[in-house]
Amino acid sequence: MEWELSPMHLLRLRRHTQDDDTLSPFLQLDTFKMAVHTPVPVPASDGGLDSAELAAELGMEHQAVVGAVKSLQALGEVIEAELRSTKRWELTVEGEEIAREGSHEARVFRSIPPEGLAQSELMRLPSGKVGFSKAMSNKWIRVDKSAADGPRVFRVVDSMEDEVQRRLQLVRGGQAEKLGEKERSELRKRKLLAEVTLKTYWVSKGSAFSTSISKQETELSPEMISSGSWRDRPFKPYNFLAHGVLPDSGHLHPLLKVRSQFRQIFLEMGFTEMPTDNFIESSFWNFDALFQPQQHPARDQHDTFFLRDPAEALQLPMDYVQRVKRTHSQGGYGSQGYKYNWKLDEARKNLLRTHTTSASARALYRLAQKKPFTPVKYFSIDRVFRNETLDATHLAEFHQIEGVVADHGLTLGHLMGVLREFFTKLGITQLRFKPAYNPYTEPSMEVFSYHQGLKKWVEVGNSGVFRPEMLLPMGLPENVSVIAWGLSLERPTMIKYGINNIRELVGHKVNLQMVYDSPLCRLDAEPRPPPTQEAA
Amino acid sequence: MPDGKIQKLIITEETAKIRPFAVAAVLRNIKFTKDRYDSFIELQEKLHQNICRKRALVAIGTHDLDTLSGPFTYTAKRPSDIKFKPLNKTKEYTACELMNIYKTDSHLKHYLHIIENKPLYPVIYDSNGVVLSMPPIINGDHSKITVNTRNIFIECTGTDFTKAKIVLDIIVTMFSEYCENQFTVEAAEVVFPNGKSHTFPELAYRKEMVRADLINKKVGIRETPENLAKLLTRMYLKSEVIGDGNQIEIEIPPTRADIIHACDIVEDAAIAYGYNNIQMTLPKTYTIANQFPLNKLTELLRHDMAAAGFTEALTFALCSQEDIADKLGVDISATKAVHISNPKTAEFQVARTTLLPGLLKTIAANRKMPLPLKLFEISDIVIKDSNTDVGAKNYRHLCAVYYNKNPGFEIIHGLLDRIMQLLDVPPGEDKGGYVIKASEGPAFFPGRCAEIFARGQSVGKLGVLHPDVITKFELTMPCSSLEINIGPFL
Repeated sequence: MEWELSPMHLLRLRRHTQDDDTLSPFLQLDTFKMAVHTPVPVPASDGGLDSAELAAELGMEHQAVVGAVKSLQALGEVIEAELRSTKRWELTVEGEEIAREGSHEARVFRSIPPEGLAQSELMRLPSGKVGFSKAMSNKWIRVDKSAADGPRVFRVVDSMEDEVQRRLQLVRGGQAEKLGEKERSELRKRKLLAEVTLKTYWVSKGSAFSTSISKQETELSPEMISSGSWRDRPFKPYNFLAHGVLPDSGHLHPLLKVRSQFRQIFLEMGFTEMPTDNFIESSFWNFDALFQPQQHPARDQHDTFFLRDPAEALQLPMDYVQRVKRTHSQGGYGSQGYKYNWKLDEARKNLLRTHTTSASARALYRLAQKKPFTPVKYFSIDRVFRNETLDATHLAEFHQIEGVVADHGLTLGHLMGVLREFFTKLGITQLRFKPAYNPYTEPSMEVFSYHQGLKKWVEVGNSGVFRPEMLLPMGLPENVSVIAWGLSLERPTMIKYGINNIRELVGHKVNLQMVYDSPLCRLDAEPRPPPTQEAA
Repeated sequence: MPDGKIQKLIITEETAKIRPFAVAAVLRNIKFTKDRYDSFIELQEKLHQNICRKRALVAIGTHDLDTLSGPFTYTAKRPSDIKFKPLNKTKEYTACELMNIYKTDSHLKHYLHIIENKPLYPVIYDSNGVVLSMPPIINGDHSKITVNTRNIFIECTGTDFTKAKIVLDIIVTMFSEYCENQFTVEAAEVVFPNGKSHTFPELAYRKEMVRADLINKKVGIRETPENLAKLLTRMYLKSEVIGDGNQIEIEIPPTRADIIHACDIVEDAAIAYGYNNIQMTLPKTYTIANQFPLNKLTELLRHDMAAAGFTEALTFALCSQEDIADKLGVDISATKAVHISNPKTAEFQVARTTLLPGLLKTIAANRKMPLPLKLFEISDIVIKDSNTDVGAKNYRHLCAVYYNKNPGFEIIHGLLDRIMQLLDVPPGEDKGGYVIKASEGPAFFPGRCAEIFARGQSVGKLGVLHPDVITKFELTMPCSSLEINIGPFL
């Protein structure tokens, strides 16, 4: 499919295909051959040509020439086309008519015979109404209202110059500039002239200019591969700025992607996962076993979801319960106790666990029953429930991450060392520890890290050494210490994925587009700057 | 004690059933300023809010002693028999009237429930029958303190004797500083119904012995006993090294009711040393990690669910009764759901018994997204079960929905086939295989529901959802779903 031709031929060719713009001109072979045999003016120099001038020269619509320019542009560097816009005066349809047949007033003048014409008759002429008043103001005609059969119109002058027609003919001849500004505007007011903006192309040879062009292939096909024809074919360049088509796939939820990474970190550190598949817990395991007194504010209806059905736990390990009761009400194990009337009914009350520490308590109790004691490292990540007032960062349920190490002679320094390793894996290296109060750990410390994006120290977790009043009633040996720490899964996820409203992340109001678009969770990679910083 | 006699508070036995404990003390010749007075009021309010558990455990009354005459009687009476002019009111009311008046009081209405439906209300009188207070609600106006009050009678009544003593100790230790005779407090005698009498405040100092090496071992530092004693003294725990030179004797002042165990002393030593000065070390604890098998299976499955073209949702475990019952055409009693007794809103009435409502709500919130919507979730549901210690049990469910202009049963069915392939369960009725059998369910379109049997047991259902279900979840397109319990595949 190759032909010898100049761009001008192509431009010419376009004309024959303009009926169907979606068709490439090159596919219209018959028309094309006909076209290339038609002599076409070629610009004298290599300088280039103007699309409008060419259209005039070829006697074709300018739009058709523009279409051909665009087709050639799509071929690559064959031509260069520079868009230019010029303003031009053009005659309106009425203006064309006047240029051809004379102004309305001239036509009125001409239609009046020497003996005059009845005004009513004159008004019925096509140019009658407009022409009459203009001819009157030009003083070409007069009206005799005293005539017997009604007003009659007579010529006043023998001949006149049709200035309007002359001016319009000038414009039609491309000599609009010979008219004064005032004259043009007068004609425009009469809607005989209009100023139009013409977009034309200045076309010149491109770097890959050739008089021999062929259709570029869009894609490689199996036939080309088998025939080897791809070797001889030019291929249409790709637009690498365009977006690709995203693969049709499912997506994992961002929060659970982060959960996977935290599990991975714990597993890398040798921590065993605790069972946490019990959302319903007794107050005993959730509070009493942790040496949290029965009057503690956390056990208030305002903070904890209690159950109506099943309202009470059916079984509790009564031996252990007795030791817990004694520790709360009288002390023991070196403790003064809280010295209050501990009630079994209160311990039986079922609730939705307020922390996964209840599961840790169960795990430690099981551990204590196994003799001899073996050191353990435990972790869990699961849902917890709080009867809280909801806002942009608080929901009634969230995920808690918890790590626990039980061994002989663990120190606060060990806790800090484990936390350092844990947070290093999260990409957090600057840590600080601050005294805190937790009901079931002593010493307790809040963990802060320096947030590069927020430029301040932010709390990243809470930690401590479980109280002997919690561990010893379980039956753990006296010299065994248990260090533990916890954090929420939602907070690091919101920071990681730049989410401000927790409802967009967790629950049914999730933004699925966000789920579709969320990147991999690489906790140790550079964190995305928080949205507040982006806005600033 | 101007007259050499200490104030006396007599507790009658009627208080036993409502608020059995009371303690008292006197601050003599105190000199208030506006700031000190405000601080005194604020301290009482702070104590009421936390250690007093919003006055349920302890309520504090402070009175201008010069307007009263002892001995005082703490008793309990029928509400209609109690009549006095309460604080900042101009006339007398009966207790019944007061309880009504305070129902609309933004501050006091929170405490009414403590005594409201009791036959007798606690009340304190002086020897002339003047009402000091009706704890834990309000004091009498007669004995109210002002910035000019010089002698203050403090009474703490409560249901927790230990806490009442702590509260009294805290008040007198914090404000005796402003008495003419600084850091002194005048004791009061309290006579209990059994005739025994005690004087308060106790202001008990306690000695604790802690070995220096225990502190070093718990914190992970190596300080000399002398240094540790110095650190503790800096924390207002007067300490000295005694005995073999490794024992530290620590005096616990009455202001430190929080110190109930050696571990509390260890913490103070660590805080004084500075947490951030402690050398970080790694424990030598050697352990082999294991995943919880159910979570391991869940992790594996969710990746392959996404690979199968389904997107993971994360919905709430708590929901309304309507979500799991009415909207699915089921009666709530048939769900065996766990019910919450104190939900703040209908969104937290029950724990979910199925994952389907959460997924349908997720679709409803994302109706602007291009179709089809293919969602899944693998998470726990909760069912009442009297065989467990708490009477309820979690089950790990896998739920998937397909939402499009066509029901797409074949797509959900195909997903089931894929899941079974992943779980290495072959098709067929044999013991180890799986099969689906025509079934019915109120959530499903008649004739478009099947029960899934695998490894010899029913594990769930799949089908085209009933138009009523679709409508109730504010959806408009056909939808098919699948929900199975993955526990049996462990």
